[in-house]
Amino acid sequence: MDYSQFLAMKQEIGLLVVFLVVFLYDVFMPRKGVAADGRAYVKGTSLVAVISFAIFTAACFLCPCIYEPASAFGDMYVTTAVAATIKNILNVGVLIVLIQAMRWADSDIQVVRRGEFYQLLLITLFGMYLMMSGRHFLLFIIGLESASLPLAAMVALDKHRHESTEAAIKYILTACFSSAIFMMGLSFVYGLTGSLYFVDIASALSTQASTGLLTIAIGFVMAGIGFKLSLVPFHLWTGDVYQGAPTSVTSYLSVISKGATAFAFVVVMVQVFGQFYTAAWEWMLYALIILTITVGNLFAIRQRNMKRFLAFSSVSQAGYIMLGVIGVNEMALAALIFYVLVYIFSNLAAFGVIQAIENKTGLVDMDSYRGLCRTNPRLSFCMMLAMFSLAGIPPFAGFFSKFFIFTGALNQGSVAMYVLVLIALINTIISLYYYLLVVKAMYISPDECKVPAFKSATSERIGLVITVAGVIFLGLVSCIYDSILALCGVA
Amino acid sequence: MNFEFEWNSIMFLIPSLFMFCCGVYGFLTRRNMIAILISLELMLNAVDMNFVVFNRFLYPGQLDGMFFTLFAIAIAAAETAIAIAIIINAFRISRDIDVKDLSKMKF
Repeated sequence: MDYSQFLAMKQEIGLLVVFLVVFLYDVFMPRKGVAADGRAYVKGTSLVAVISFAIFTAACFLCPCIYEPASAFGDMYVTTAVAATIKNILNVGVLIVLIQAMRWADSDIQVVRRGEFYQLLLITLFGMYLMMSGRHFLLFIIGLESASLPLAAMVALDKHRHESTEAAIKYILTACFSSAIFMMGLSFVYGLTGSLYFVDIASALSTQASTGLLTIAIGFVMAGIGFKLSLVPFHLWTGDVYQGAPTSVTSYLSVISKGATAFAFVVVMVQVFGQFYTAAWEWMLYALIILTITVGNLFAIRQRNMKRFLAFSSVSQAGYIMLGVIGVNEMALAALIFYVLVYIFSNLAAFGVIQAIENKTGLVDMDSYRGLCRTNPRLSFCMMLAMFSLAGIPPFAGFFSKFFIFTGALNQGSVAMYVLVLIALINTIISLYYYLLVVKAMYISPDECKVPAFKSATSERIGLVITVAGVIFLGLVSCIYDSILALCGVA
Repeated sequence: MNFEFEWNSIMFLIPSLFMFCCGVYGFLTRRNMIAILISLELMLNAVDMNFVVFNRFLYPGQLDGMFFTLFAIAIAAAETAIAIAIIINAFRISRDIDVKDLSKMKF
């Protein structure tokens, strides 16, 4: 075997090195710290994880060689400039998540097992990489599973809290259920075509007409990935898992996992089932998008818990991301990547504020945010920017990402697509209502605030500054979108 | 469609489909977490059977389906291990593994 082909997987290898550094540090360093309950722990794990991951992220950005298309293992693994870019974008998101999680991971309850948090997180990221670059369904499934199984363990990290365990059970059972359905769909695809390579499946299918079995197979595959993306008929786990999981894990789950799966979804749908776009999956996706955006919005309106509220908001955001999939042209793909980038920054800004307040006071209810601007003006300002960006109010990045994704979908040109975008637009207005509820609670409500004035930790502040800068500048610096579009045009 | 449905392959596909449906039914109706996990295993094993049957009867010249099955079995084992670990944790907290205990968070 030619081992030099491993060199095609530059980003994966880099990530593995980061994982090994964190792992070895956590296992072999002397346990000098003593937690509140008397157990010994290794000092400085968070710092090692964040710094090594930051170096890795910077190296990926600066090294031009990762953008070269390459393949390995008989084309099971293929990386392109677009895939490398979206991996870089996810890296930035993960870096922010890690920075924001430092305070929580170093708290007295978590400090003993924070090494596990970082290791599991890096391994799930590795799985997502494989999922995005896999061009063979075996590699894809392995990536999908190694992205979702350790996540269940991460959700259960708050071992003694009932909600955390409850969320983990709901997550692992639905994840297994969805992957079983996904694999059932794959077995039909295999029966029809006799191969598991994306390319071979597509060429074998091109000689056949669309059949009932194929439609069922596509439906199953879509359902399997839809579970991970929490598209609407398959979204029921989202609220519970997001609410019960530790907030750092929730923020990871809501942005990184979703962004990676959305990209993998495009790859599977376009490369494998591309020629059955009008015959089989356009109308499925059409229905899914309308349901996802609408139901997500309607459920978000009635939530009082901030994490649960953001869960349903992320359900409806997933619907907007899917608009980039249904557009099937390079502009829609570029819009999807840009949307994921902006969504990472806006959502992480919101989660950063929630984490800062939860770490200090343990409050996560929207009611306890009333009058926040009088006690913590900076935090409420960050939250307001995040909400404006998520809702898509003009000067902020969220407006531009929504604008591009609508344009990308409209580029496809059919009347049905105009109706779809109209429905999405109406839903944007509905979503404005509940995003502004938070702003109203923070700024207009006259009540006495339950959250006292406090100084957040340095790590939390760094995380918030990065995300707020992203929210403000991503929309204004137009060359970012242009360069993504240029990349997508090449691929 | 170029399926030549031989009697032999149907003999295997019907049980596997039946197993899959039993798994889905069990997953939706059972109230004990271990029973739900068993139902999940039924579904995953039905998938494995499907792959092996398609490989053996439709594409006997290759081994893709068999390999996929091997990996799927390993993945199913990993899933079960994590799920059982979490269920044990739930048992430690609430002294029960019935799903009615998982109702703290709703709607």
